[in-house]
Amino acid sequence: MKKLRKFILFITMALVLVAVNAQQRFPKPEFETGYEQPDTTTPEPRAAALEYVDVFILLAVLALASWFAVKKRSRRGILWLSVFTLIYFGFYRNGCICSIGSIQNVTLALFDPAYKISITVLAFFLLPLIFALFYGRTFCAAACPLGAIQDLLVIQPISVSSWVRKTLSFIPHVYLGLAVLFAATGTDFIICRYDPFVGIFRMDGPYTMIALGIAFLVLGMFFARPYCRVFCPYGVLLGWMSRFSRKHLTITASKCIQCKLCTTSCPFDAIDEPVDEKVRTEKTIQSNTKRYLIFGLLLPVWMLVGGFAVSSAHVLLSKAHPDVYLAELLITRPELKADVDNLDIQAFLESGKSMDQLVEEAALIRTKFKKGGWILGAYLGLVLGIMIMNQFVLRRHEDYEPHKGDCFSCGRCMDYCPVVK
Amino acid sequence: MAKNKEYTRRDFIQRGARLTLGLSLAGVGTLAATHAGKQKYVWQIDPFKCTQCGRCATDCVLSPSAVKCVHAYDLCGYCDLCGGYFKPGVTKLETGAEKQLCPAAAIERKYIEEPYFEYIINEELCIGCAKCVKGCSSFGNGSLHLQIRHDLCVNCNECSIARVCPSDAIKRVPASEPYIIKGDFTAGGGAEQV
Repeated sequence: MKKLRKFILFITMALVLVAVNAQQRFPKPEFETGYEQPDTTTPEPRAAALEYVDVFILLAVLALASWFAVKKRSRRGILWLSVFTLIYFGFYRNGCICSIGSIQNVTLALFDPAYKISITVLAFFLLPLIFALFYGRTFCAAACPLGAIQDLLVIQPISVSSWVRKTLSFIPHVYLGLAVLFAATGTDFIICRYDPFVGIFRMDGPYTMIALGIAFLVLGMFFARPYCRVFCPYGVLLGWMSRFSRKHLTITASKCIQCKLCTTSCPFDAIDEPVDEKVRTEKTIQSNTKRYLIFGLLLPVWMLVGGFAVSSAHVLLSKAHPDVYLAELLITRPELKADVDNLDIQAFLESGKSMDQLVEEAALIRTKFKKGGWILGAYLGLVLGIMIMNQFVLRRHEDYEPHKGDCFSCGRCMDYCPVVK
Repeated sequence: MAKNKEYTRRDFIQRGARLTLGLSLAGVGTLAATHAGKQKYVWQIDPFKCTQCGRCATDCVLSPSAVKCVHAYDLCGYCDLCGGYFKPGVTKLETGAEKQLCPAAAIERKYIEEPYFEYIINEELCIGCAKCVKGCSSFGNGSLHLQIRHDLCVNCNECSIARVCPSDAIKRVPASEPYIIKGDFTAGGGAEQV
């Protein structure tokens, strides 16, 4: 009896389904053997609540790192914290989402009204910057998995002359600018695509990504933390915050005795040496001030030149956008429409979108690149101008002190300082 | 002024710059927060847009890909001559490897009753190449289709397949509804788009 009822139920269900699926080529059969259809499984993604746990852990790590760096003065504490970060945010959470990449999410949220940024991602963007504004770059010291993996592999760091460092320090600005431009135009998330370590964290990835990661790590044994110093776009923002931070790690607990030990301990050349008072003569100060002001007046010129240069390159830059690339390809080489192996072109032809529509969209993206190019170029010009101006700053400076903008707050120097409280 | 050493010009500049940076950070934060949602987002393939180009198998950061073929049994015709299982032109309907369309032999064919066969995807073997999807959509009901499996997907900030998808079929969907299963009439929405 029970079987019969089940059978009738099944038949009705099947009939309903057949009626709904009237458009099917082959209607669903009516089984006579009591076959039960399996369910289509849908494994759930990681619970959203766990994202909040990540934010909480980041907050805790940042707070602890700041306490270790500024108050407790414990290099060991920072070291173990960075090991935890490497394991948790790196290998367990696969390095995603990270604060560095979140720049792009925030940019996209500001420029694309259709994109909704998750509140946890916004927290990942804001928290390290807020902490940097109060305690320096403690995020770099212990809360960044990319920093941690490099920091633990600093083996025989070499000192690099200051002009090389200063020249290289321009690259992160370019990277940041391009990342923001590409994210704002909805082109690409280049920070994530060229993240060298995410492949190592996942223990899986394209060959090039793993090779790049290993190359960075090997280089990092000698040129400490190469990604952080030469590429990291988030480091630019952290540097601004940290330069004017309320508190910052100090090398010595009381008074500097000018022993120079700390400069040998710092693998990043981030310690400013005292300025010799003999250099600070009235004459040099005067001529420096003059040059500082002249280059200050030249700032708008740099900005205009930069803006013009980058916006002139907008045609080239916009090619990174798939739609622009496709439109250009179809205009210059219309014979490719017949190429059945070109997936992008075939998918476009199948989509029913007209050529005019595509060209119109591509043109719109290109104007965005032109506008964005002016802003990016002006920004780069401004940065370059300020970098030149800073060459003429001769501040009174008596002790060995960490450079607040560049210092990662790793705390090695505190360990080396022989002065006790 | 000599006595009051606590507040120099340098301090003033520092404090002013700190305030400016703090305010601009707050500004960016508030502006972004107006576009923020509590919802978590994950990547998913819209099967109605998918053109089975095969890039899901090659462009995922994971190997094998987190994209797998799923079977919407509600839509399946349980055909003996399955366009998703057999290579085109096969005359003898046998389960020999040379007759199968799937390069990974990830589809299991099971006899139910005359003349119906059940097809089950072995996700351990599936590489997400969409060959079966193309066959099923061309000759059958289209019950086989690709989906990103969230037990595998690492939810990259930007899905590397989405970047190269020629038909823009991969999009961010709310994590509360992480799948777009074809013919999922109970969930609604899907049926009208067929």
